[in-house]
Amino acid sequence: MLALDAASTAGASYVDARVMQVRDQRIGTREERVTDLRDDESIGIAVRALVGGAWGFVAARTLERSDVVRLARAAGDQARGNSAAVRDPVQLAPVDPDPNGEWHTPIGIDPFAVSLEEKVDLLLAANAEALRVPGARFVTSSMAFVRLQTTLASTDGSVIEQTLYRTWPTLTVTAVASDYADFQSRSSAEVAPMGLGYEHVQAARLGERAGEWAEEAVQKLTATPVDPGDYDLILDPSHLFLTIHESIGHPTELDRALGFEANYAGTSFLAPPEQVLGKFRYGPEIMNVLADRTQRGALATVGWDDEGVPADSWSIIRDGVFVDYQTTREQVHWISEHTGVHHSHGCSFAQSWDRVQFQRMPNVSLLPGHDDYVIDDLIAATERGILIKGRGSYSIDQQRLNFQFGGQVFYEIRNGVVGGMLKDVAYQGRTPEFWNSLDMLGGRRSYQLGGTFYDGKGQPAQSNPVSHGCPAARFGGVSVINTTARG
Amino acid sequence: MSILTEAEARQLCERVIAAGTADEVEVRVESGLDGNTRFAVNQITTAGAVEDTQVTLTARFGRRSASVRFNALDRAGIAAAVRKAEQLAGLAPEDPEQMPLLGPESYRMVPAFFDSTKDLDSESRAVVVKTAADAAEAAGLVGTGFLRRIARSTAVANSNGLFAYERSTLASFTTTVRTRGGDGSGWSGTTHNDWTRMTPPAELAERASRKALRSVQAVAVQPAPYTVVLEPTAVGNLVQLLAYGLSARAADEGRSAFSRPGGGNSIGDRIVDEQVTLYSDPQDPDLLERPFTDEGEPIGRTVWFENGVLRNLAYSRYWAQRQQTQSVPFGGGLKLEGGSGTALDLVSGVESGILVTRFWYIRGVDPRTMVYTGLTRDGTYLIENGQVTRAVKNLRFNQSIVEMLGNIVAMGAAERVVASESGGLGRAVVVPPMVVRDFNFTSNSDAV
Repeated sequence: MLALDAASTAGASYVDARVMQVRDQRIGTREERVTDLRDDESIGIAVRALVGGAWGFVAARTLERSDVVRLARAAGDQARGNSAAVRDPVQLAPVDPDPNGEWHTPIGIDPFAVSLEEKVDLLLAANAEALRVPGARFVTSSMAFVRLQTTLASTDGSVIEQTLYRTWPTLTVTAVASDYADFQSRSSAEVAPMGLGYEHVQAARLGERAGEWAEEAVQKLTATPVDPGDYDLILDPSHLFLTIHESIGHPTELDRALGFEANYAGTSFLAPPEQVLGKFRYGPEIMNVLADRTQRGALATVGWDDEGVPADSWSIIRDGVFVDYQTTREQVHWISEHTGVHHSHGCSFAQSWDRVQFQRMPNVSLLPGHDDYVIDDLIAATERGILIKGRGSYSIDQQRLNFQFGGQVFYEIRNGVVGGMLKDVAYQGRTPEFWNSLDMLGGRRSYQLGGTFYDGKGQPAQSNPVSHGCPAARFGGVSVINTTARG
Repeated sequence: MSILTEAEARQLCERVIAAGTADEVEVRVESGLDGNTRFAVNQITTAGAVEDTQVTLTARFGRRSASVRFNALDRAGIAAAVRKAEQLAGLAPEDPEQMPLLGPESYRMVPAFFDSTKDLDSESRAVVVKTAADAAEAAGLVGTGFLRRIARSTAVANSNGLFAYERSTLASFTTTVRTRGGDGSGWSGTTHNDWTRMTPPAELAERASRKALRSVQAVAVQPAPYTVVLEPTAVGNLVQLLAYGLSARAADEGRSAFSRPGGGNSIGDRIVDEQVTLYSDPQDPDLLERPFTDEGEPIGRTVWFENGVLRNLAYSRYWAQRQQTQSVPFGGGLKLEGGSGTALDLVSGVESGILVTRFWYIRGVDPRTMVYTGLTRDGTYLIENGQVTRAVKNLRFNQSIVEMLGNIVAMGAAERVVASESGGLGRAVVVPPMVVRDFNFTSNSDAV
């Protein structure tokens, strides 16, 4: 309140202040030893002020009253200075303030209350299981837990307290050929980072599954190099989530579409808005994509965003047609005449107190199909294809058109049956053609959440945690390359 | 609040060390001012000024250890952090690879702090950015960019008497200028510790504008191996990736591009073209990096490749002891020696090829050979008979970095580049423009 008053007195038309405490615990292991054991905490205050239609942002670790006043005035001064270089003054969409907002990630077990011994024992036991497999030479495993406690106050009248949790257990096994001519790794790609507590670590069953991942790492050494060509691809949710992230999540960010991220993250092929909203066919009619900050267990799920907008859930693609972007309050008026939406979708986020909030991706998910297929149904219906599980190497151009995606493990599919393991597989394509080749969609039973802690965007770059749900899906006639081949 | 002086940092280290009961303690204090201003669509969009001091404390009980980083630095905050670190360390299993703490070391200090950079406050930044944005507006183009400066100090101390301190500044300016129709895009940028040694932003904005205008009406070329002229930033985007492959341990364990078939590593082998001499040196006036590691180990000059021969890999203290050799810390930036001339000078010697401004979304594809994929971006042009003749559509590559360094035809004069795709202030990278044959492009991109 002190910050809000100080900046307002200095002439700001709008101010928000965030006091944020971030706790970040990480445990890393390698074979039989703990390589990383740390538990970090950072606290500070961030003041964002709007003067003359321009933003100012100042943050510091101090919470002393006199310093907070100094920071707030500095934010106002900075905004005033920046306003000389503003052509289109910031306009904020209205929001219903909540003076007593409270929300926390619904978790089962507080990960910070679980003993260190239990965590270390679990990881080292999983490592031992992996190393039991002949040929598995190296194994690393880790757990990461994050807690963000935020108090947001704004001159709109909101005072909101939130506590967000996220949890990510991982394991990676590496096999090395006896003649040192090859090495291959397999990670626990099916275990997603989640907006959950320690119960997610327990459910991940690293120890029980480590042997299977180790066997697959060893198997990759002798897998058959893929013959390049066009294949039907069956993409497991553990893989498809990242394809959704790159080829749907990012191009539907409105700041990109309008050129605001051109210097780093890039722009978007989905532009200009008036030519694509309600018109652009992203994929077949079975394709429906939902943006959602309310989904339980997902990483971008909140009660309110970082400018006090309640969590929203809205369609981005309906029956295969692109219908809306991701927005923050200042972006709404840019497209409201085309969308008829006059409120923010609540996509404002800052990774910590020391970074300014801006538009970040909500959970963006491909909804299950109406036929209740599971992945085996997709396989059974495929004559010649490749099954891909897990995230691998991902790269896409700055307008989100040309991509090349790899995975963790690949299996040949012949006449409806999963065959031998393949390696050196990546598929290349162009986003609209790729999504329009979607011809079979799993149902609710095959739906899973994937995600990442580290979606990078902005300058200075910030990491946004985000999840993507999807069923297994089949894409017809996709170009597959062998990553060891030239030309 | 400001950057901690050596005396202030030493005092804080001593307070933290004195607050604990662990057998041994390591402390790292990082304090800094971070200021940035962004612009897009020819106007300032966001800016920021951040002050922070963070302490990383590692407590050791015998071979057990744990770390905490914190920034609540009053008496209660320090006491709480010490308690937590000691509690965690007491519960940690013994680490058979733990090395003894270093004792007092001597360091050659690096003159990396410049008032010209520290004084680049929000008001000054707004003026600089407005100049670039206004120039784009006046030219009928769309300017976007980022100006950042940091001023920081780092101190490392331990209970065995080691103390190291350095302070530095760093700035970068990058800009992407696009045509209003979105059919052309150009990029330019630079970075240095000393703001006055950086190319003026107005000149960079002009370069980016020229590139944008010249990149319209791009034609698609058949993806294939091409001779390329890589501008220094494009070289930096790729060469910096070597840092991830220079671990001696990974090589010795058989999981690196520098593993030797049959076992061991490739030190002493001719790996890349004999024109390649790559080294790290915090004292180099073009690099000006911190002269010690996070545990206070001095960083000197290390030659990684000399005339194409792999001379060194990075050895942690543990791995060096195990392999009975000297430790080789990784740090001190990366400098690839070049020749003379600019990228355009190199173009004049190329009969047929492609000129690349920078790369984007570079990701590892095959760690065995350091094959990476990614795309060209913001200025990709056809070279015909020693001339840049027209824009070509962007291209995806799948290319081994090691192989690329083996296919060098010619190199120009090395310069400091913004090597990170994000325009961030990462490791100092100094590289020349180069001509490379058989650079492996695998598909076209319609992205502009």
